[in-house]
Amino acid sequence: MFRPARDHRLDLSLFLRSLKFIAPAIKVTVLLTVFALTFGLVFGLALAVARVYGNRFAATAAGAYSRVVRSLPTLVVLYIFYNLAWVAFRVGGVAAAVIALTACTTAYQSEIFRGAIQSLGTGQMAAARSLGMSRATAIRSVIIPQVLRLAIPSWSNEAAIVLKDSSLASAVGTAEVFRRSQQIGAANRDYLTAFLAAGLIYFCLTFITNRVLDFAHKRYKLKT
Amino acid sequence: MAGPILRVENLHKAYGKTEVLRGVSFEVAPGEVVVIIGPSGTGKSTLLRCINQLTPPDQGRVWLEDVEITDKRTDINKVREHIGMVFQDFNLFTHLTAIQNVMLALTKVKRMSPAEARAKAMLEMEKVGLVDKAGLYPAELSGGQKQRAAIARSLAMDPKVMLFDEPTSALDPELIGEVLEVMKTLAGEGMTMLVVSHEMGFAREVSDRIIFLENGAISEDGPPEQFFTNPKHARTREFLGKLTELYGNHGGPRGGRRKK
Ligand SMILES: Nc1ncnc2c1ncn2[C@@H]1O[C@H](COP(=O)(O)OP(=O)(O)OP(=O)(O)O)[C@@H](O)[C@H]1O
Ligand SMILES: [Mg+2]
Repeated sequence: MFRPARDHRLDLSLFLRSLKFIAPAIKVTVLLTVFALTFGLVFGLALAVARVYGNRFAATAAGAYSRVVRSLPTLVVLYIFYNLAWVAFRVGGVAAAVIALTACTTAYQSEIFRGAIQSLGTGQMAAARSLGMSRATAIRSVIIPQVLRLAIPSWSNEAAIVLKDSSLASAVGTAEVFRRSQQIGAANRDYLTAFLAAGLIYFCLTFITNRVLDFAHKRYKLKT
Repeated sequence: MAGPILRVENLHKAYGKTEVLRGVSFEVAPGEVVVIIGPSGTGKSTLLRCINQLTPPDQGRVWLEDVEITDKRTDINKVREHIGMVFQDFNLFTHLTAIQNVMLALTKVKRMSPAEARAKAMLEMEKVGLVDKAGLYPAELSGGQKQRAAIARSLAMDPKVMLFDEPTSALDPELIGEVLEVMKTLAGEGMTMLVVSHEMGFAREVSDRIIFLENGAISEDGPPEQFFTNPKHARTREFLGKLTELYGNHGGPRGGRRKK
């Protein structure tokens, strides 16, 4: 990579051309983020439930997964799962990048949901069980609906992190926003302009994500 | 005479080294209202939770009519449908409105259609005087209203017996009356009730029997007159004295909770 020249000047038309070149990759970044977040939501909830309500084995396994993944740099986890996806399922490309990102966010989301479950206290479960609900029904109809609402603010934060971390998928060859900005930067021998364009796109995406989730939070928050 | 609705035999429960229940046995007959009193930490809540197995006892047996609840083969979810429980801190489901709180188990456990459940829930809301609050969330209700909604939620399951764990002790004094009133009506309709409470007025007026639990064992079990006028143990008299100090003489000789 090369540094900008001393007399580097921002060229607006180059900036716009860079934006235009990167734009098609927004779809890829959004898809990576949405899929990883959604799968991470499902698996993260499952892990959180296993940790709080599961038997000793399930709780330990779920806790260990979360601890290990959160102890590694996201890029390392990404490379590991990208390769695992190939070894185990023979998938590569965007699908493998989704799997790798999911593996990361699952661990972080499990912590968010575990905290939310624990903040509910034991009374909700006791009340549900006292009415004759099975544990599974209580978890499904009483615990999870409240946990999802409680978790929205932290989840919004995690959504922004996943959105930004999706740029790491460029390291495994996914043609998402950051990767495209590298390409146009190299082609024009002007990385600064290209990365500023990418930056603007990430900012807008993050801003929109947080605003949408803020709205969801206001709309669905538990009255207290 | 019909057999007891609830029979508790030799219950034991320990948390680590602390023995909380040390052999508790008693029966509750159909339509009977039994009030349990006793010092803090003596195992009253634990006793109620051992009855519906929210806390499994270490030893001892519990029957609901002729079903042994403590039998491993008993479907505990089925049994719990018939044992209502009201908690000190209400435990209403915070994401649901009052009426949805009452409806949830009707649809999920009794498998009623939403329309049926709503109709049944409305009936219960009427009983506890909350029809006009049905659409409000727990956070929008006063403590007394919350507890009445919680009672409606339990009643909707048509339980054979209701367990109350200090249903009024988290309430502001001026809200206690409305909850006790609902409980009194319930008792009048013949509901079998096991009530942990320190509301001596309620105990005196409504109960058929008072059980004094101390250090995990029953030290008195008899009709309220005997309990108040002629307790077996000096310790009971002492405790009653303390209660009067704490809560005022709500249950003065002539009943009524409110003195004024
Ligand atoms: N889950 C638990 N783990 C450990 N100890 C417990 C647990 N639940 C209750 N205990 C202990 O058991 C004893 C009896 O508790 P319990 O709640 O049954 O008393 P209580 O008579 O209901 O008291 P209070 O009038 O304060 O409600 C207490 O010493 C309490 O600390
Ligand atoms: Mg208690």
